[in-house]
Amino acid sequence: MEKRAFFSNKILPYALLLPQLAITVIFFYLPASQAVWQSFLLEDAFGLSSEFVGFENYRHLFAQPEYYRAMMTTVIFSSSVAILSLACSLLLATQADKQLRGGEGLKTLLIWPYAVAPVIAGVLWIFMFHPTLGTLSHPIKALGIDWNPMLNATHAMILLVLSATWKQISYNFLFFLAGLQAIPKSVIEAAAIDGSGPLRRFWTIIFPLLSPTTFFLIVVNIVYVFFDTFGIIDAVTGGGPAGRTTTLVYKVYADGRLGGDLGGSAAQSVILMIIVIALTAIQFRYVERRVQY
Amino acid sequence: MAGVTLDTVKKVYAGNVEAVKGVSLGIDDGSFCVLVGPSGCGKSTLLRMIAGLETISGGAVKIGNRVVNEVEPSDRDIAMVFQNYALYPHMSVYDNMAYGLKNRGTPKPEIEKRVKEAARILAIEPFLDRKPRQLSGGQRQRVAMGRAIVRKPQVFLFDEPLSNLDAKLRVQMRVEIKRLQRALGVTSIYVTHDQVEAMTLSDKLVVMSGGQIEQVGTPAEVYRRPETRFVATFIGSPPMNILPGKVEGPGRVSIGDQMITVTDMKDGLTPGSAIEVGLRPEDVQAGTAGASTLTMDVDFVEELGATQLFHGKVAGAAFVVQASTGQIPADASHLALSIDPANVHLFDPQTTKRLGRI
Repeated sequence: MEKRAFFSNKILPYALLLPQLAITVIFFYLPASQAVWQSFLLEDAFGLSSEFVGFENYRHLFAQPEYYRAMMTTVIFSSSVAILSLACSLLLATQADKQLRGGEGLKTLLIWPYAVAPVIAGVLWIFMFHPTLGTLSHPIKALGIDWNPMLNATHAMILLVLSATWKQISYNFLFFLAGLQAIPKSVIEAAAIDGSGPLRRFWTIIFPLLSPTTFFLIVVNIVYVFFDTFGIIDAVTGGGPAGRTTTLVYKVYADGRLGGDLGGSAAQSVILMIIVIALTAIQFRYVERRVQY
Repeated sequence: MAGVTLDTVKKVYAGNVEAVKGVSLGIDDGSFCVLVGPSGCGKSTLLRMIAGLETISGGAVKIGNRVVNEVEPSDRDIAMVFQNYALYPHMSVYDNMAYGLKNRGTPKPEIEKRVKEAARILAIEPFLDRKPRQLSGGQRQRVAMGRAIVRKPQVFLFDEPLSNLDAKLRVQMRVEIKRLQRALGVTSIYVTHDQVEAMTLSDKLVVMSGGQIEQVGTPAEVYRRPETRFVATFIGSPPMNILPGKVEGPGRVSIGDQMITVTDMKDGLTPGSAIEVGLRPEDVQAGTAGASTLTMDVDFVEELGATQLFHGKVAGAAFVVQASTGQIPADASHLALSIDPANVHLFDPQTTKRLGRI
């Protein structure tokens, strides 16, 4: 249903829109266009002067092996987090949908991690898995594993994936649960009478009907891992050891803020922006085509 | 094929709410049984227990000679048509009908043969490749029926299958369901709150109220001789008039200061005791030709085209008379009504049970 408000005053609607528009312009369009402009500039080490260099920053960027490594890291990190968090939350949602006793309380608890700030989440996981101080590190070491996310890149990545997944499960869970509850109960019952067991029912009826939700979440999760995990990475590994957990977004920060290469950092931001715009475009295409049953 | 037997079947929900209070019922092989009653009377719950979608709290459900209380829905050899059709939205019409057969490992050529056959019977052959959302309500209903018949089950279960259709389509589908059931000869149990559907479809009509059976019989039996006041007022449209009366003697009751004679009256009722007198609006004639008469004050008239409904009062109680148009002048303010003693139903005001000859 279309809802429309009518204003007799010509200025009022614009005045009401202004705060939101101002925020969008100041905090999104302005920095974004600044980044685009910056990506064509080369600044001296002290930030006193800059000159226009065209695509030089981009050329330099694509000549760096570190950039491709960061790309690979991002792909591994984002696909692991997306797959793991989607699988876990789907499992939790199907169980919660069965409406077990105390289900409401459990649902609320499952949503809590989403309210935790990324940095706090990172610190929380470091407390648990720090090689010498972590409460869970000792049991792991007792199993004979030389657990050290500070030195071992694989361990560091596992720790990052776990903490990022843990935070994202809540969000996915909510959407999956809503998706499950939107499936008419009688469809499931009809399938039960049609002789399909719970597992077969899940794969032939429930999962296909959830596919629009799943696709939406895949895109949202990838965007999440690309950007919102910055806090977690910064708190848990700081991109280390030896840059092995530096993702694309962390590299923007590392090169720009820590390395002082504003032009190169801006060029990376622009590439990231393009990736996300492309992802969103694909999502809208797909969702529009497939969401209506 | 098989009949269905219910033996004191009970459903108790959490909090000790009894939805079905010990229902016993035998449904013959190949017959069409309709469960009718107002919403919340337990008819759908009963059907869902037969289907295996609800657990059975007490008693036994038998399909054929097998007690199925603990049997999974898929192993009961039943098919069900749901109110909202419950088609699988992501599958084509063909796949919707084939799904149950595929799950049972039916060979592909056999599936194709059966689906094509069902589609032919239901006239949905042109839509086999379509998705349910591309179909109209009536077509979806047919697909739902097709999904039921391809399986060749022992029992068909229908849960208010026509209530989502518009009035015209409902009448059409009603006839088709009846024809299909006759042709296939499969035992069918049909739940509805619509008494016209109930009357027209059933071989055996089961009227339910408050989780219990009020009456079982053929539609004619239930209409002609309702066993309780509930059945009397539930079956028949417009509903039966109920007037407060008094026992005057064998075969005689009074309504206010008017006396009428009754054929079907229990012996030995105490003269002077209160009694409820039921008269169907269509059983009352204008005029004074009958064995007894009543006078009625008319308030207003409803036009139904072929018939007219006269609303008014007899001895202070609301009363409706149905008459063919033109039989009674529409501007009449008083009516003399002729009563056939054979058409008077008597009920106990306390137990609401029929007070007729046994």
